[in-house]
Amino acid sequence: MTAQTSSTPWFLSFPGLIFFLGMVVLPLTLTAVLSFHAYDFNIGVLDSYTLSNYTTVLSDPYFLSIFLRTLRIALITTVLCIVIGVPEAYILSRMWNPWRSIFLLVIIGPLLVSVVVRSFGWSMLLGSTGLISKASIMLGLGPVRILYSEAAIVIALVHVMLPFMIIPVWTAIQKLDPGLEPAAWSLGASRFTAVRRIILPQISLGVLSGSLIVFGLSASSFAIPGLLGGRRLKMAATVVYDEYMHELNWPLGAAIAFIVLVANLLIMLAYNRMIEAKARKVLG
Amino acid sequence: MDRNGPIALIFHTLVVCFMLAPLVIICLVAFTPDSTLTIPTTEFSLRWFKAVFVHPDFMASFYNSLWLATLAATIAVLISLPAGIAISRYEFPGRGFLNGLFLSPLIIPHLVLGVALLRLFTLIGATGSFGWLVASHVVVVTPYVLRLVMAALTGIDRNAEQAALTLGAGPLTVFRRITVPMILPGITGGWLLAFINSFDELTMSIFVTSPQTVTLPVRMYMYATESIDPMMAAVSALMIALTGIAMLVLDRAFGLDRILVGQK
Repeated sequence: MTAQTSSTPWFLSFPGLIFFLGMVVLPLTLTAVLSFHAYDFNIGVLDSYTLSNYTTVLSDPYFLSIFLRTLRIALITTVLCIVIGVPEAYILSRMWNPWRSIFLLVIIGPLLVSVVVRSFGWSMLLGSTGLISKASIMLGLGPVRILYSEAAIVIALVHVMLPFMIIPVWTAIQKLDPGLEPAAWSLGASRFTAVRRIILPQISLGVLSGSLIVFGLSASSFAIPGLLGGRRLKMAATVVYDEYMHELNWPLGAAIAFIVLVANLLIMLAYNRMIEAKARKVLG
Repeated sequence: MDRNGPIALIFHTLVVCFMLAPLVIICLVAFTPDSTLTIPTTEFSLRWFKAVFVHPDFMASFYNSLWLATLAATIAVLISLPAGIAISRYEFPGRGFLNGLFLSPLIIPHLVLGVALLRLFTLIGATGSFGWLVASHVVVVTPYVLRLVMAALTGIDRNAEQAALTLGAGPLTVFRRITVPMILPGITGGWLLAFINSFDELTMSIFVTSPQTVTLPVRMYMYATESIDPMMAAVSALMIALTGIAMLVLDRAFGLDRILVGQK
């Protein structure tokens, strides 16, 4: 019986295990190897191994500026999502039903609409003939074109990422004791103090996990910089696409993709450390 | 709504407008009679919707995506069901590894997955194959199904299974007649979420599709980068309508907040 029970779970997970080893672990390994291959513009991928793809990417000002832009845009998006998402989740939690359910649907529902569709909507709003430009002309400020700028990318990213911030914060607020805030008020705390000293510390893990998702997804986003950044404003994902489809320098593209992956994993690791440290602090 | 002050309500209204603005503008522009992206004011027309339905590329991609999402979601359920049972019900060495492996596509950027799978497909000569495209979508959507299946498995009362076993039912019968019906909401919810995610996937697909297997999001992305006419708005409006219907079904059947927010 014991022998059977120890092999049953492996037997049950076997199809998934084989599938994921073949479709995730193997391709990632192959691509990691590829990123160390030398490349020649006339011949293609060479059999010799080199570190030059990584040194090129990490020293060339063109690629460095793209990495910096990617980091900057992801960081600004994360901060804006916190600034908008946390108060919005709090406001939602203080609504009565059915409004609460309706607005929760309205705000997280767009998550299910394709990113291409939403980016296209923003390109219409932000273009030089778009609604925002028309409003600015009517106000006598002249036409504005936000499209094809970093601002356009940030606006659309915040739109796409906001639900990912609101969901974990909302979940954290749901776990709070509803009597906490009134208790703080009755002890003489102002509304602001109650939120700052009682609510915020308890939902900080929700904010942290939301920030992590938002930052990771923003830094590797493809459709939004592709459609709203135009040809000049590249981010990490669009430059990988260029290297693969236009330059055909796969080893270099693979190196950039791996830097994105490693950066993502490092942030996850740091996050886990932070949670552990916090848990230790709570336990005393 | 009375527990929020006026400033909070103004803030809330602005957020809601921000979230809806791009969707509303698409739905308006889709009805324009003109051949530029304008908001119709006096006259509404269905000409761009008609144009979509006779556009061979868009229709081919639509059916392609439909098949792809159906197959990928179904295969993901077939993988997740036994794996979910193994991970949530057995204590065994390697359990954490399996769980991490199956959920890893949530942490790996789709860009990296796309690049990696393109490398694999080129080496084994599978570029342009629909079957391998399905397989790559299964990778991306399996974590969503697995999470809901595992949540359903830990949420059910195991006494019913024990009772069936003592009454002489075999393990397969118990699984088929007791376990599956009890976790059916988790399975269907997972399938639908997987379907939607596969149907909308762009970043990985753009690397692993070929001209014969272009999915709808990839087609739309290509179209939007090359030309701008209201047909793109009409396709987008149709996508929004489809998503809206799927959302309503999900909400009526399981409660959308439960699936997306993960509340029990």
